[in-house]
Amino acid sequence: MSSVATRSARTLDTGLVATLRSRWRLVSLLAVIVIWVLVWTFTRGDSTLAIQASDRTDIHGWFLRLTTSIEEANNVVTAALAALADAMDATLLFFQHLFTVPEFPRPLPQVGWLGALALASLATYAVAGWRPVLIVAASFLLFGMLGYYPDAMDLLIVTSVAVAVALLLGIPIGIWMGHSKVVSAIVTPILDVMQTMPSFVYLLPFSILFGIGPAVAALVTLVYAMPPAVRVTAYAIRAVSSTTIEATDSLGQSRWQRLRNVELPMAKRTIIVGVNQTTMAALSMATIAAYVDGPGLGQPVLEGLRRGQLGKAFVAGLAIVIMAIMLDRTTTAASIRAETAARSGRDRGRQRWVVLGVGAAVAAVAVYLSNGYSWANEFPAGLDIGTWIQLRVDDFSGWLRADFSSVTTSIQERFTLSFLNPVQDLIAGSPWFVAGAAICAIAWIAGGNRALGAAVICLTGLYFLDLWNNAMITLTAVLVATVVVMLLGIVVGVWMGRSKNVDRAVRPFLDAAQTLPPFVYLIPVLVLFGANRFTAMVAGVIYAAPVAIKLIADGVRGVSATTVEAAEAAGTSRLQMIWKVQLPMARGALLLAANQGLLYVLSMVVIGGMVGAGALGFDIVYGFRQSEFAGKGLAAGVSIVLIGIMLDRITTYSARRSSSAAPAGARAKNTTRKRFPLLSSSS
Amino acid sequence: MRVTRSRAVLAVVAVSSVLAVSACGGGDIKNETAAGGEDCGTINMAINPWVGYEASAHVVGYIAESKLGCTVDYKDLDEQVSWQGFAEDEVDVVIENWGHPELQKKYFKSPGGDGSAMSAGPNGNEGIIGWYVPPWMVEKYPDILDWKNLNKYADLFKTPESGDKGTLFDGDPGFVTNDEALVKNLDLNYKVVFAGSENALIEGFRNAEENKTPMLGYFYAPQWFLSEVPLEKVELPKYTEGCDADPEKVACDYPVYTLDKIVATDFAESGSPGYDLVKNFQWTNDDQNEVAKMIAEDQMDPDDAAQKWVEENPDKVNAWLGQ
Repeated sequence: MSSVATRSARTLDTGLVATLRSRWRLVSLLAVIVIWVLVWTFTRGDSTLAIQASDRTDIHGWFLRLTTSIEEANNVVTAALAALADAMDATLLFFQHLFTVPEFPRPLPQVGWLGALALASLATYAVAGWRPVLIVAASFLLFGMLGYYPDAMDLLIVTSVAVAVALLLGIPIGIWMGHSKVVSAIVTPILDVMQTMPSFVYLLPFSILFGIGPAVAALVTLVYAMPPAVRVTAYAIRAVSSTTIEATDSLGQSRWQRLRNVELPMAKRTIIVGVNQTTMAALSMATIAAYVDGPGLGQPVLEGLRRGQLGKAFVAGLAIVIMAIMLDRTTTAASIRAETAARSGRDRGRQRWVVLGVGAAVAAVAVYLSNGYSWANEFPAGLDIGTWIQLRVDDFSGWLRADFSSVTTSIQERFTLSFLNPVQDLIAGSPWFVAGAAICAIAWIAGGNRALGAAVICLTGLYFLDLWNNAMITLTAVLVATVVVMLLGIVVGVWMGRSKNVDRAVRPFLDAAQTLPPFVYLIPVLVLFGANRFTAMVAGVIYAAPVAIKLIADGVRGVSATTVEAAEAAGTSRLQMIWKVQLPMARGALLLAANQGLLYVLSMVVIGGMVGAGALGFDIVYGFRQSEFAGKGLAAGVSIVLIGIMLDRITTYSARRSSSAAPAGARAKNTTRKRFPLLSSSS
Repeated sequence: MRVTRSRAVLAVVAVSSVLAVSACGGGDIKNETAAGGEDCGTINMAINPWVGYEASAHVVGYIAESKLGCTVDYKDLDEQVSWQGFAEDEVDVVIENWGHPELQKKYFKSPGGDGSAMSAGPNGNEGIIGWYVPPWMVEKYPDILDWKNLNKYADLFKTPESGDKGTLFDGDPGFVTNDEALVKNLDLNYKVVFAGSENALIEGFRNAEENKTPMLGYFYAPQWFLSEVPLEKVELPKYTEGCDADPEKVACDYPVYTLDKIVATDFAESGSPGYDLVKNFQWTNDDQNEVAKMIAEDQMDPDDAAQKWVEENPDKVNAWLGQ
C-alpha cells in the first residue's frame, strides 16, 4: 500500500491518487479532533488526574525506595561499576595533573598551553591531516584569549575520556547488534532510554553510587554519548553489501576473518562518523555534568546563570561552541582521510612520517618549555578578549530589559492566550480516557497498527506513573513548539535549499545554535519573556529548529534537478514550485524533521522546567534538589521517556507509510547528531 | 631526501631560537612553589548553588588560606550531594545549611544516621522564607503587605499562566514550599506557577520593579538580590510551633530558619585550625548580602570580594580567629 503512495508521489501525473489518499487520512484526523473537541466541551475538567507539585503518591514512594536500594546496593554490578569509576577517576586525575591542576608544591600544571597546543596539533596532523591543524591551533589560542584555557582543557579531557570509553564499549556492542537481530531488538530500547531519559534524573544517584569526582561527570556524559557509537556501528556493519560478504565467504573465511578483513574496513568510514556523533553528544553534556562538579567549561556557564551574568555565561558558551566546531571538523576530516587513505594507497607515506617526526621534536621542545617557564604555561593575560565581549553582552542584556521587554511580553501574552492555552485546555483538560483515546486514534490513522501499539503501551505507562496531567501539559508544550519548529524549518529550509549562498550564510548560525549550551540563551529569553511556558518553548525552538532546518534544506536540495527543470518548462511559478513540487517531493525529509524536532524539543523539557514550564520538567528538577521528591522526579523522567518513544514511533511509522525511503539528503551527517530513529529501526 | 633534510634543519633552527628566547624570558617555574601551609592541610569546602552561600564560603576560605595557611578546595555541589560527600571524605564543610531534617537523620549520629557529619553551630544568618512584592507596589498599594488584602489585588497579578486568578510565582527547586496548600487553606484567589529557578524569580522581580509591573512571588533572605531591589514581605498568619506539621493543612507563615554550619566529623576531630575558624564563623544577613552583591552584581571574583570584605572588617575576622 505504502509503496503505491510513494510511487504516485514520484510523478506529477499520478499525484492525484496520492492526494486523495492523504486527504482521506487528513479527513479522518480532522474528524477525530472535531469529536475530541465536542466530547471535551461536555467533560472539560473532569478526571484530568491533576496533582499538586507537592503531592506524592504510592508509585513515587516505590521509585524513591528503588533508587535508595540501588544507591545502597552491594553486588557484582555495582562493584564493577565502582571499579570502572575508580579507573576513570584515576585516568582523569592523571590528565588533569598533566594539563590543568597543579600538583603541590608546583604552582602550575606540568604541561602548559604551549605544550598542549603543540601536542594537540601533532595528534590532529596524525589522524586528520594538515588543514584541521590550523583549526585546532586557532581554537586553543581562542580558549586562552577568552580567558578559559584551563576550563577548556578540563572539558577536553573529560570529553575525550568519556568518548574513548564510549567507543571501547560501544563499537563491540554495535558490531554484535549489526550481526544479530535479537541483540538489536534487546539493545535498541535500552539506547532509546539512555538518550531520552533526562540526565537530571540519574545525576544524584550516580554521584552517590560513584562518589564525587570527575568520573561522575564522565559517566553521566558516557550514558548520553554511547548510544550514537553503538547505533552508527550497527548501521555500518549492516550496510556492508551482502554480495561482498558472500563473495569473500566463498573463499572459506572464518567469522573473525570476515569481520577483520571485510566488514570493519568497509564500515570504517561510517564508524568514524559515529565517533563524530559521539563526540558532539558528549560535549552537549558539559553543562549538565557541571551540576555534580564536573570540571570544564560548564562550570563558568552555570556560575553565570546562577549570578544572572549573561556576559560570563556567553563567553564560556562561546568557548564550548569553538570546541564543538574544532572537534566536529577534526573528526570529519579524519573520516574523509580514512576513506582517501583506503583508496589511494601509501605513496605519501614517507613525507608524512618526516613531518610527524619533526613535529614530534617541536612538540617535545614546546612541552619542555611549558613545563619550565610560566610564559609558556599560563596563557598570557595580555591577549584577553573575553572581558571585552563579556561587558558588551552585559550591556546588551541591560538594553533588552529596559527597551525591549514590554513589547516581547505582549507577544508572549497574545501567543499564550490565543494558541497555547486553548490547545493545553483540550489536551490536558480532557478526562484522561478521552485524551488517551484521541491520541490512540491519531496514532493509528497516522502510523497504523504498530504506532497504535506503541501509543497504547506508552499511555498506559503514563497513567500508572500518576503524572498524567503533567505529562499532557508537557506533551502540549512539545507539540506546539514542534509546530513552530516546523514552520521555521519550512521557511528557512526551503530558502536554504533553493540557494547555495543562503545555505552557506545561514549554516554557521545553525551550528552555533545547536552547540551553544541552552543555559546561555536562557538568560536573555527570560529577560525578554519572563518565567512561563512560552519562554520554555522559545528555548526548545532555538535548540530544535536548526536540526529541522538542515533536514528540510537537504531534502529540498535532494529533489532531482530533472523534475525541477521539467516543472519549470511547464511554466510553474516560484510559489507553485515550492508548494507543488519541492515540498511534496521532500516529504520524507519533512517527516524526519518533524520526528527530530519533536525529540529535540522533548530533550529541552527539563530546562524548560527551570524557566516556568512547570509540569514534568519541574518535577525532575525538584526531584534532583529535594531528596524526598527524588521518586517523583524519577517517575517524571520515565514519563518523558515514554512520551519520547511514543512520539518517535508515531512519526517514524507514519513517515514509513508515506514514503518508503527518505531522500538521501535527509541522512546528511550533521543533522543526525542526536538520534537515529529511522536509521536504527528501518535497516 | 633533500626536502627532508632542509625541513629538519629548519626545525632545528626554530627549536633552538625558541630555546634562546625562553632562556632570556625568565619566569622559571622550578624556582617557585605554590602557596599553602603545613599545619592546616586541605579544607574541602562545598559550594552550594546560590550566591549567598558562595559569599560565606569564600570569606571563610579566604581567611583560612591567607591567615591560617590552609589549602581550600572548593567543590560545586548540590546540597544532597554535599552531605553525601561527608561520608566519602570528599567534603569537610557546608557553610550554610537550611534545616534538612531528612539529611540529618541520614548523616547525624543523634537521630540515628551514620555519624559522618555534625553541626558546627549557627552561622548567624537567619533564613526568612515568604511571599514578596517589589517595592513600587507597596508605595502604590500600602495595604498589600497583609495577606488578607491579597484577594482584593488578585486581578493585578493575573497572567496568561493563571487564567482568571492571580499568579503566585514559586519554584526555586532548592526550597520546600507549602504554597499550594497555603493558597487553598487561606482561600486565596491565586494559582501557584512554578518559575523553576532562582534565576527566573530574580529576572521576574527585576523586571517588575524596573517596568512597574505587578509580581507576587516566593523569595527568601539572605539573598544578594534584596540589596539590589529591596523586596517587601507579605505578612502571612503568624507561625506557631507545629502549625506546619501537616503539609496538607498548613495555613501559617514559614518558620524562621537558623542557618547552621555542617562539618564532617573527621574534620572536626582532626584538630585543624580550619575547624576552629569554621566553628567561630558568624555574621549577619547584611554582611552576607554585601559580599554576595559584590560577586553577583559587580562581577567580582569571589576571592577578591572576600578579601575586600575581610580587609574592611578586621574586628569580626579577628574574633573568628580567636584573637
